[in-house]
Amino acid sequence: MTTSGLGNPQLQAPLKRVRGWGSSKSGTGHFIIQRITALALAPLCLWAIWLALALVHADYAHARALVHQPVNAVLLVGLAIALFWHAQLGLQVVVEDYVHTRLTEVVLQLLIKFFCLLGAIASVLAVVRVAL
Amino acid sequence: MPQHPRPLSPHLDVYRWQLTMTLSILHRATGIALAVGTLLFIALLVALAAGPESYAAVQSFCASKLGLVLIAGWSWSLCLHLCNGIRHLAWDTGWGYEVPRARATGWGVVVVSTLMTVLIWACVFARGGVA
Repeated sequence: MTTSGLGNPQLQAPLKRVRGWGSSKSGTGHFIIQRITALALAPLCLWAIWLALALVHADYAHARALVHQPVNAVLLVGLAIALFWHAQLGLQVVVEDYVHTRLTEVVLQLLIKFFCLLGAIASVLAVVRVAL
Repeated sequence: MPQHPRPLSPHLDVYRWQLTMTLSILHRATGIALAVGTLLFIALLVALAAGPESYAAVQSFCASKLGLVLIAGWSWSLCLHLCNGIRHLAWDTGWGYEVPRARATGWGVVVVSTLMTVLIWACVFARGGVA
């Protein structure tokens, strides 16, 4: 397809074709937030492994007491937010790369966003309920 | 969908096997697996908030054969994705792109993530096993 001049079948200016396809100001937003959440998740996951090991063979009261501790509750909320944000960004790229049918892609992207958002809300709410 | 046949990439079958590409594929695969694993994260926290019966149900699922296989897979996935993720963050600073260094850090990821996984399960068994 020619982009300008007499051969332009759509009589569109080049500017018309690029408008609405994204802002040059937020183009790196996805990349940067993926890295920021990764930086947060690295230590948080190591801590979460420690917490998970502490929960092995813990009875209900002990598990609740662990999550009730302010430090653990705060870190769990931070973990949940970073985790689901990072998961959404990562899954988004996988779908963008491999799903080439527009409708399927949009549906999957929406499902991923809804799942991650609900997952974050449910986890945070659960921690808050145990912590308060 | 593209209107014209476009060149496809990556051409996985024309390359000989390399550690770097294996880790790249595994990074994605473990990322997807861990995203699925967040279901257990949600289930555990929600059950803890809901009450002793719900928590016991999640606990018994974790101790079941299926639960153990899944948790074993997720623990290894987490260690690999974490180690390789740190490798990616190093690349983001511009460090480590030379081929010998990329291979060396790749083997580092394999060794450290395996050791971490073994260590985690050694701790589990030191606490009285999985049953």
